[in-house]
Amino acid sequence: MKLRVLYFAALRERVGRSQEAVDAPAGINTVAQLREWLAQRGDPWQEAFAETRRVRVAVDQAMVEESHGLHEDAEVAFFPPVTGG
Amino acid sequence: MTVRVQHEDFDAGVEIARLRANNPKVGAVASFIGIVRDLNEGTAVASITLEHYPGMTEKSLAAIAEQAKVRWRLLDILVIHRVGTLAPTDQIVLVVTTSSHRGDAFAACQFVMDYLKTDAPFWKKESTDAGVRWVDARDSDAEARERWK
Repeated sequence: MKLRVLYFAALRERVGRSQEAVDAPAGINTVAQLREWLAQRGDPWQEAFAETRRVRVAVDQAMVEESHGLHEDAEVAFFPPVTGG
Repeated sequence: MTVRVQHEDFDAGVEIARLRANNPKVGAVASFIGIVRDLNEGTAVASITLEHYPGMTEKSLAAIAEQAKVRWRLLDILVIHRVGTLAPTDQIVLVVTTSSHRGDAFAACQFVMDYLKTDAPFWKKESTDAGVRWVDARDSDAEARERWK
């Protein structure tokens, strides 16, 4: 499944890029599974996800829980809790 | 309803006048301005840099404003949030609500700020004498949002 993955703030710096196009293998159906698959590819992803205490996720620009499903060409963003205002 | 994400500063007086537009139904205007402080957790802050998620930021602010319009009797809502590098005393955010009566205007203004704090994708990075650091989210912000449920 082709996905566009975005990273923001501290997570973006730790991963060393703001986005990447990935082709997730069959069996990766939820945000939690995607995160695990991204991290198991090794560093910098493994260390970046491990070092970020809390990670929030948005799919197609709406905040979701980790159990949220994925679809072809989805935009999936990972980031720390927001601190605007 | 207006939502703007911008680098430039804003003039609350001008924005409020524009939102009221001499509408005689407006009996109350409530506004909130967030400002950069010089101290955070005991450390002097030289500047902060705000990062955001273009596209999602505007959508989430509009969704928050829409929720406020459903919950209270409002005539209009304005949200302006700045991004980029800001210094202490600089304005960061402006929320204005207009209504026929003050109760709705006050409550909706606070609701929009509480939701913005936990739901809108902005991140602050502080520059201090000790170096740069990302600001941690506060538990009190999540609690402030919870009380509206």
